[in-house]
Amino acid sequence: MKQTFAIGIGGAAGQGVATPGDIFAKIFSRRGLNLNAYNAYQSIIRGGHTFLTVRAGLEKVTNMGDRIDLLIPLNQDSMDRHLKLLTAGAACIFNADAVKPGAAASGVQLCPLPVSELADITRNKVAQNTLAIGAGLHMMGIGFQALEDVLREQFKKKGEAVVTENIGVARAGYDYAAAHFAAFPNPLPKTENRYAILSGNVAMAMGGAAAGVKFYCAYPMSPSTGVLHWMAAHARKAGIMVRQVEDEIGVINMAIGAAHAGVRAMCATSGGGFALMSEGLGMSAMIETPVVVINCQRAGPSTGVPTKTEQGDLWQMLGAAFGDYPRVIAAPLDIGDCFKLIPEIFNIADRFQCPGLVLCDLLLSEGRLSVHPKDLDFSPPIDRGELITAANGSGAAAGAATNGDYKRYRITESGISPRAVPGVPGYVHTVATDEHEEDGVLISDEFTNPIKRRAMMEKRMRKMAGIEAAVPPPALLGSRDADVTLVGWGSTKGVIEEACEILNEQGIPANQLQIRWLVPLHGEAILEILGRSRHTIIVENNYSGQFARYLRSETSFVPNGHIRKYDGEPFMPHHIVEAVKEQLAGSTKLSVPMHEIMV
Amino acid sequence: MATSAQRASQLTMADLKGKVDPDWCPGCGDFGVLAAVQKALVELQIPTHNVVTISGIGCSSNFPGYINTYGMHTLHGRALAVAAGLKLANHGLTVLVTGGDGDGFGIGGNHFVHSMRRNVDLLYIVMDNQIYGLTTGQTSPTSRLGMKTKSMPFGNIEAPVNPISLALAAGATFVARGFSGEQKHLTELIKRGIEHKGFSFLDVFSPCVTYNHDNTYQWFRPRVKKLEDDSSYDSADWTAAMQKSLLWGEEIPIGKFFERTDVLTLHGAEPVLNEGPLVHRDLRVPPDVARSFIDELT
Repeated sequence: MKQTFAIGIGGAAGQGVATPGDIFAKIFSRRGLNLNAYNAYQSIIRGGHTFLTVRAGLEKVTNMGDRIDLLIPLNQDSMDRHLKLLTAGAACIFNADAVKPGAAASGVQLCPLPVSELADITRNKVAQNTLAIGAGLHMMGIGFQALEDVLREQFKKKGEAVVTENIGVARAGYDYAAAHFAAFPNPLPKTENRYAILSGNVAMAMGGAAAGVKFYCAYPMSPSTGVLHWMAAHARKAGIMVRQVEDEIGVINMAIGAAHAGVRAMCATSGGGFALMSEGLGMSAMIETPVVVINCQRAGPSTGVPTKTEQGDLWQMLGAAFGDYPRVIAAPLDIGDCFKLIPEIFNIADRFQCPGLVLCDLLLSEGRLSVHPKDLDFSPPIDRGELITAANGSGAAAGAATNGDYKRYRITESGISPRAVPGVPGYVHTVATDEHEEDGVLISDEFTNPIKRRAMMEKRMRKMAGIEAAVPPPALLGSRDADVTLVGWGSTKGVIEEACEILNEQGIPANQLQIRWLVPLHGEAILEILGRSRHTIIVENNYSGQFARYLRSETSFVPNGHIRKYDGEPFMPHHIVEAVKEQLAGSTKLSVPMHEIMV
Repeated sequence: MATSAQRASQLTMADLKGKVDPDWCPGCGDFGVLAAVQKALVELQIPTHNVVTISGIGCSSNFPGYINTYGMHTLHGRALAVAAGLKLANHGLTVLVTGGDGDGFGIGGNHFVHSMRRNVDLLYIVMDNQIYGLTTGQTSPTSRLGMKTKSMPFGNIEAPVNPISLALAAGATFVARGFSGEQKHLTELIKRGIEHKGFSFLDVFSPCVTYNHDNTYQWFRPRVKKLEDDSSYDSADWTAAMQKSLLWGEEIPIGKFFERTDVLTLHGAEPVLNEGPLVHRDLRVPPDVARSFIDELT
């Protein structure tokens, strides 16, 4: 089993759950550890209950894991909800003045901090948090200097007095733990690696900057808003025009307008906003102006559960906009991939002059992961396809300036027609959402012509073959010879991977097929892999098995079983492991694991 | 080879003729608007490749197909949003947005209001015929009370929107009204609207000869009164403009209601655009800037 250490911090929104989380994350990352953080929160600014899990380890840590080693409940509610999750070897640090522990499992160390004795709580309202961080740090076997450095940075802006006070409080917690609490048997390791810690939203925004996005617009919607925030904060440094628009209909249309002028344009939203963008996607495909749209899925339908994760928008994505049209749809596999995918999908959208759709979800958008800085490559390949701009097109067909022979929608074998942008002399033309001829003139009104319509449909749809050739087929992860093959898509990659490791350790050979490119799907390659599998189970974060239904519609493939979860929370490895066992034992074909952490 | 200045000086009405002739009904007011736009561009001598004409959907939204500039025939109601994105990506272009009253004030109402408060630098021409034409005659947001249409056969019971008052309230920095039957006057308004730096709104009475038998040329002609004929009218006075905008009936003002030049355009207000149009920029983030982005995360 993976050697990791996980901290759970719970409290009401506004009580400062995030700060200790950030501090621990910083300390772990500076020790050269990998980490993953997931915050279970509610749609409330103050109050409610939030529970942050930070898990660190020497190897890659891809998910929140199954075990909490250290629990820090900042209020009674959090203690009552989570103490029962702890098992032997774990510890719980709490404010003895305000929180009463309940019954803990045997082998769980209860660590009450006499907060009012250790700090002046009339002056420092979050003293209990700082004391707990200090105490926890000692128990993990980490020297105090690491915390002192982080606190110094954290409070630098508030002046030396605040810095000194907080370091003092942290020190008191650290020393109290040394005298009263047993340290964890294995001190947290240290390496020379240095990681960047980022959310999927930041990764996608930075990926956009790396791809050369010059126009980003959005309407705020959880859990996609982080992309807007990064873009807005870094717009001037990166030379990106960022606009907040009146609604998502305006967003997609504005993005397409910018893209049509010749820049790379991107926007992000969640399911509700994506629904409003639908008609615009059809326009992008019809006028053949590429645009990249990110959908950060949250639990639906309708307003749904705005702060909870789900993979419930696949069919919305597949069915978005009416009519048949070429597009590419991809789901990033982890937070590092959120960065990497954006330049890749821009190249495809640009080359094939069609919408590029990214199907992300709250788990990645708002989760945090340590990523090696070399994986944040700001010089990825950029391929803008057959684009005629002022730089390469000026004067090339100057003779054709008025009513000339440039055909924006020239019928070609690949379906791709060289695209001139407004402002270039010699290529004046009109694009149209109505069906049109090669030169852009409408055929829909007066002169509809079945032969021309068919030719234009076929021209556009021929691009799908090129897109299919441009995206790689999925590959099997793990040993080819396995008793069970777990099939997932997008954000579940890490947790399925860990479930497979556990199954293999427990003597159940398991491998994994994770889908990143959803359209085009490479159905033949998938059938080839799954045809060799002994037992196939599709794992997804939704009610109806959206991917299973899609795979069946594309390939006629029917798996042996399904593992689904639609309670708003992500899978934990043991959910998958236990479900696989019950399915291999033949007790069910559909497992819906219960989420044990009550948030 | 001709320089761009020489080419521009040669721009004639013939250069602006589109690939096909309009399929509007004979007598449609939109013919007059098309001719006035073409005349204005000739008089201003703006090269056709530097003009983008953008429309939504409807009879009048077929406009970009009938004029030889770069053009976009977009979605119903969305032309202004598309135009804003295009202008911000290449603010060197002259942007004209054309459409009808249903397209602009109905389905596109939200973008209409927000484009004005943003002061996007473009000219928005609404060919206002107070009816839905392409869908064969239904009530529009500017149809008068009591007007009988296929969708309200017993008469319209909803008050019409007043586009001029709405534009003034929303912060448009150039607000005017023209009449397709007054070519010279309309051409002048279009020229001024193009030259204005900021959002120029031009509502044009463009009679529908097929479906609107109430608001005809004959109905408008004796009623329209040019604001320019009243030497005491001050188009810099917002309150006066608002009062004038409420006039309707025996006397209907046309002309420039309002103009102010002290508001930054959207593209002028954003320092990101100081170095010139985005479309001409290098796609790459400079290495030192990229490094600083990553450093924030370590």
